[in-house]
Amino acid sequence: MAFLDRTARALLLGELVSGMALTLRYFFKPKATLNYPYEKGPISPRFKGEHALRRYPNGEERCIACKLCEAVCPAQAITIEAEPREDGSRRTTRYDIDMTKCIYCGLCEEACPVDAIVEGPNFEFATETREELMYDKHRLLANGDRWEPELARRLELDAPYR
Amino acid sequence: MIEFLKTPAGFAILTLVQALSLLVPLLILVAYLTYAERKVLGAMQLRKGPNVVGPFGLFQPFADAIKMLMKETIIPTGANRALFIMAPMLTFSLAMIAWAVIPVNDGWAIADINVGVLYLFAISSLGVYGIIIAGWASNSKYPFMGALRSAAQMVSYEVSMGFVMVTVLLCVGSLNLNDIVTAQTRLWFAVPLFPMFVIFFISTLAETNRSPFDLPEGESEIVAGFFVEYSSMSFALFFLGEYANMILMAAMTTILFLGGWLAPFGIAPFTWLPGPLWFFLKICAVLFVFLWVRATFPRYRYDQLMRLGWKVFLPFSLFYLVLVAGVLLAFGWLPNA
Repeated sequence: MAFLDRTARALLLGELVSGMALTLRYFFKPKATLNYPYEKGPISPRFKGEHALRRYPNGEERCIACKLCEAVCPAQAITIEAEPREDGSRRTTRYDIDMTKCIYCGLCEEACPVDAIVEGPNFEFATETREELMYDKHRLLANGDRWEPELARRLELDAPYR
Repeated sequence: MIEFLKTPAGFAILTLVQALSLLVPLLILVAYLTYAERKVLGAMQLRKGPNVVGPFGLFQPFADAIKMLMKETIIPTGANRALFIMAPMLTFSLAMIAWAVIPVNDGWAIADINVGVLYLFAISSLGVYGIIIAGWASNSKYPFMGALRSAAQMVSYEVSMGFVMVTVLLCVGSLNLNDIVTAQTRLWFAVPLFPMFVIFFISTLAETNRSPFDLPEGESEIVAGFFVEYSSMSFALFFLGEYANMILMAAMTTILFLGGWLAPFGIAPFTWLPGPLWFFLKICAVLFVFLWVRATFPRYRYDQLMRLGWKVFLPFSLFYLVLVAGVLLAFGWLPNA
């Protein structure tokens, strides 16, 4: 009897038909695709993207060359050189990040006592040559100037959880 | 003008024009079949499919074709050059010449021959050669294994396909494809011969190396099967041939079981559309099921494939053939009797 039952079920292709009914239902469902360059997904305020060096509202750069980020960086992607400036304050003369080494772990921004180095929301910084990914201080400060409104908003949103 | 068409030269030109007016739309249909495949698969996986090149991505097939033509043709050093180049041409031209006997409307076949079914069967059997030659001439192990699998698979499924066709021929009493369609004026053969219709459809999937029987090109085991070593235009020819074969098999299913160019039920709102359009629509419906099946089922294991062909389809179709013959004889329904 069990044999007959099994054979009848196999011959009637019930499982195949129910499988095809399932795919047909999916065929008419709304699609999950994002039209990427034109549509983008939401990004968390903690998203770790391209780095930026921030400034104070008066235009003074925040970084005090404490080198905590350089020390904590697990990929050793950060290189900092510093000497006192003419007015006696301690500032960097060189602040390089090798973006090809960086693993985007976010420890640099965790380590920073003055919220100078941050990872921003930008992830579209692909380049055509490797050299363009060796960021220097100038580039990082320019990033900071470009993304500052967004960066400040992200820090504020994330502040309650820090 | 009419006299000129009766001379040999005029006849040749007429045939050429007929062939072109069939093959050009066919090739465009092949191009859009690849597009439809990506769209349907995408939709069933909650994706959108190609939608960037042109409106709704409609120019995607042409972008693909241009890309394919730009590529370098690579011929492996160990390959047999002549056969290696010939194999895709053979596959492609066989997929094309089969269309000579397909009637698009009443009497609209380039060659309205009395052994149409036999011709189609012969051509689709020859299709194995393109694959075997490609696999052998590549002189490389994956193509060879793919070719062996493909040959074994196509030969096994042709047997049960043959029985299915014989069943249809019993009900028609003619090998002429035109007669087969006109015999379905009252009732499409898909209804009385429904089990055979299902077997025929599944066999066409195996015959065209489509999923779930796409073992000859099983990516996970043998990379791409018999066309591993092919690139550029020779690859494109294989690709075109394969999709043209799909359309051919859909056309055969339509002619044998779905009433060819006949409108459904032969009643008013349906008969307003011309026959070729119905033929086209039916082919499209069958092709949609091809793609639908691909989106649904995982690949068969090779021994399962052989078991299904020889131990399930063959006895079943043989049994059904005898049954149909018996019923036709018992009730005196045999045609030409």
